[in-house]
Amino acid sequence: MDRRKFLTRLSIGLSSLIAALIAVPVVGSLIAPFFTEKPRVWRDIGPIDKFKIGETSLVKFEDATNRSWSGPTSKTGAWLRRQDKKKFKVFSINCTHLGCPVRWIKGSKIFLCPCHGGVYYEDGSRAAGPPPTGLSQYPVRVNKGRVQILTSPIPITNILGENQL
Amino acid sequence: MKKIFKKTWNWIDDRSGLSEAILPMAKHPVPPGSGWWYVFGSGTAFCLSLQVVTGICLALLYQPSSGTAYQSLKFINNFPLGHFLRNLHFFGASGMILLMGIHMIRVFIMASYKYPREMHWITGVILLLLTVMMGFTGQMLRWDADGIWAAVVAAEQAGRIPFIGKFLARFLIGGSTVGGETLSRFYAFHVFFIPAILFLFVGFHIYLVLRNGISEPPERDRPVIPGKYREWYENMLERKGVPFFPDAAWRDVVFSFLVLVAIILLAIFAAAPKLGGPPDPTAIDVVPRPDWYLTWIFALYALMPFGIEDYVIVLGPLVVGAILLSIPFLANKGERSPMKRPWSVAGVAMVVTFIMAFWYMGHKSPWSPKFTTKPLPATIVPKGNAAAKRGVKLFYTEGCQYCHSIGGRGGHKGPVLTYIGDRLTPREMRVRIINGGHQQGGMPAFGPTISNNQLHDIVAFLQTRKQGIVRKLQVVKNSGGEDK
Repeated sequence: MDRRKFLTRLSIGLSSLIAALIAVPVVGSLIAPFFTEKPRVWRDIGPIDKFKIGETSLVKFEDATNRSWSGPTSKTGAWLRRQDKKKFKVFSINCTHLGCPVRWIKGSKIFLCPCHGGVYYEDGSRAAGPPPTGLSQYPVRVNKGRVQILTSPIPITNILGENQL
Repeated sequence: MKKIFKKTWNWIDDRSGLSEAILPMAKHPVPPGSGWWYVFGSGTAFCLSLQVVTGICLALLYQPSSGTAYQSLKFINNFPLGHFLRNLHFFGASGMILLMGIHMIRVFIMASYKYPREMHWITGVILLLLTVMMGFTGQMLRWDADGIWAAVVAAEQAGRIPFIGKFLARFLIGGSTVGGETLSRFYAFHVFFIPAILFLFVGFHIYLVLRNGISEPPERDRPVIPGKYREWYENMLERKGVPFFPDAAWRDVVFSFLVLVAIILLAIFAAAPKLGGPPDPTAIDVVPRPDWYLTWIFALYALMPFGIEDYVIVLGPLVVGAILLSIPFLANKGERSPMKRPWSVAGVAMVVTFIMAFWYMGHKSPWSPKFTTKPLPATIVPKGNAAAKRGVKLFYTEGCQYCHSIGGRGGHKGPVLTYIGDRLTPREMRVRIINGGHQQGGMPAFGPTISNNQLHDIVAFLQTRKQGIVRKLQVVKNSGGEDK
């Protein structure tokens, strides 16, 4: 290898190395969300007596990762349904179609989605419209007379079934 | 004074060689007779530069934080110049997308993508994708209720892709839920990442135009023959070419000026989409909608047959991208005149019709429940029919009216029930309400939740919806009218 050839290769090689080194923080900051912790915590919703048997109501709680700059976005809403004395069900507010927030229609006991018209029954199962499955649910428990919900990622549905972020 | 300026300029020009670099580009020969069809590309580029300027100005006022972005948008909206600036940025974006669409149609109809300009088309397709991404992320930066739900919808769409979907969704919103990280990411995408790639490709696109020259207006029976075309083109330019500046460029300048005037007029007399409610994921009183250029996709998601959606969301963009990118390879030679390529013209007409039709449906969105509908007045049932009177109320409180309209009031998801009494017997009505519709995605079954009394009253009311009875009453119109 002569001197010129060597210097050519050296320059190209070092330039590629520089580019690769600079790419580390760029790609790293882009894909950081894959490596951040995914904490899940139980959030207190209120005393058990606050909820009437057979009724569905909107509950709000803080996400697991609530940054001081998150503002209103740190909250999550869910539909809580008290089935009997002890049993609760908590449905995700997100339509399984494309994630819009579903509304509970008290009179007809259905959930309606404002985006593409998805409909769910009171037990969260799919009733009509484009949603592929029923509403997903949050883990819920009663602890010392208080209702608690386990914070969860936004539910993602695809052809392989339900995934969580 | 004039002398000093001239001297200074001569000094700068001598040391920098600016004229030497720019004049050949400005004066390079272009085919004669390009005309007004050729102004849309430069019009698009003009809108982009306007977006850069107005975007930088907005960045002076905007707070890119999930917690405070909304307040800063209110601040921008609440003084006249800020509002004007936001309008300029919105209509600039709209203009860019619209002109880019027209430019693309012009290039396709005149087959300017044929040899040796295949790369022009390919970089153009990438620019289209990047521009739509700019539009979508820009809408999100409004960070009102629509903004956060657009972020969720984007994540859900990405999530439909098997295996990598959930990673993509996480990549987009920066975590498991919409939160502190989400807006910072979309801000970085909209202001740094996508523009960086966009400028790279705009530069490449324009460089290609300089290298291969603009395509001459097509003529019948003058096919493109790869291998021979370049020589022919050079000869033609030598014989008949005119300097780009000013012979062709004056139209670009005039058109850009008109575009600017149109955008300024729109910014003064029309308004960018209103700022919605705060970005609160627990506020369910929202009706999320995309901005106008994506309304047709929004409609597509509501109207495609149940069951194919997973395939359409995942494969649709891939197929469309593959078709667009393959066009210059499938047909890079032969006739360019649209008169000789009727199927190409028909294809454009079909795509435009398809998009316009879905755009119209998205604008109407009859599939969405109408949450704002007003109750029907009790006076629309004949006097003395107590069950029907209760039924009218139930028709509203039970939510029937969100999807069904009577006398113009109510939603359009389900059939109009204005004269349903003429079509269905009481028994048929009960069967339908209890079991729901027989179609996939049709009416839900209300059997498990509706009481016998409620069913009886609603059916009693619906039985009064007969032409004969209604004509006698004619009350809906006299008591508040139709929904807006």
